[in-house]
Amino acid sequence: MATAATSKGINWGGGNEPFKASWGKLMMWFFLVSDAFTFSALLVSYGLIRYSHTAYNPDAHGAFQFSIDYWPVPEKVFEAVPFLHGASLPLVFVGIMTFILIMSSVTMVLAVEAGHRKDRRDVEKWMLWTILGGLTFLFSQAWEWTHFIHGTEGGGATDVYGNIIYGANLVQNQYGPAPFANLFFFITGFHGMHVTSGVVLNIIIFYNASIGIYDRPGRKIDPGAEPYEMVEKVGLYWHFVDLVWVFVFTFFYLV
Amino acid sequence: MAEIQNLPGGEVAEPKTKLIWRTFWILFGLTVLEFIIAFTLPATLFRVGIFVILTIVKAAYIVGEFMHLRYEVKFLFWAILLPMIFVVWLLIALFVEGGSIFYAG
Repeated sequence: MATAATSKGINWGGGNEPFKASWGKLMMWFFLVSDAFTFSALLVSYGLIRYSHTAYNPDAHGAFQFSIDYWPVPEKVFEAVPFLHGASLPLVFVGIMTFILIMSSVTMVLAVEAGHRKDRRDVEKWMLWTILGGLTFLFSQAWEWTHFIHGTEGGGATDVYGNIIYGANLVQNQYGPAPFANLFFFITGFHGMHVTSGVVLNIIIFYNASIGIYDRPGRKIDPGAEPYEMVEKVGLYWHFVDLVWVFVFTFFYLV
Repeated sequence: MAEIQNLPGGEVAEPKTKLIWRTFWILFGLTVLEFIIAFTLPATLFRVGIFVILTIVKAAYIVGEFMHLRYEVKFLFWAILLPMIFVVWLLIALFVEGGSIFYAG
């Protein structure tokens, strides 16, 4: 195809591809930019709401305990691990979840690499691992939400009437001020919804690859693109989900 | 990426995964480093700064290597990156105006 850019630069006069990328891939990139705006808005909301609350200060508040008077320290909130009831293991479970998601990003990029080689068996294998990683992450998140909502046995903070609060909902929570739980539900929930749609897309790609849609000669899902490029387009979305988790992990769990 | 054609006889080319695994180990190492910092350094603005820098490095590896943006045409590269740079500018401006960081009084 006559799309080569000359050494003087790229011709924008039409009739070629200045970005040297297929229509579908470009649209996926621009969608991801817009999605990044949404997540940036959520994270800046988190930052501004958090900083508008009192921060925990050992000199003023003494030993840390859950209180509606100041923002909780994340590692004191997220310290439970399945099957290890009552043990204090700060950030261990979220660390495992992070590892699972990075791992599934690696298997996805291996599937994309197999797609470049038109290796159907490898695409199937790595897509299955990616789906498995995505589902494991979702089940882990479901467990974390359940634990967050139910709370710890002794409860945590006391409300303005002096009653102990157990667990969390949108009105009050045992960990700290109400917006803390609201932001937890909204940010990790919005990310979890992205993971869910990513798993659905991965299953579609796995199915299409398995029945040989991407091997049929002359099949043009996206004119001008290799059929196997569908793996790459969905791969972009899946890596973006991993990318967002990197930011959520830092700003929600570490800072 | 260079075009890799199917070999004659229905065989496929050998996988090239060295760079992928190298990127994985870098991401893994940086995450472990973040954990260590989270439990050793006191919670100060300095520590937040370290976390932000490490996160941006991780993001660069994911977008550059896994999403392949580093190897795209430079117009595409900047079409994606430039809006994000403006968003970062907006974020910093909001936090400064909100008095959250660099607050003197």
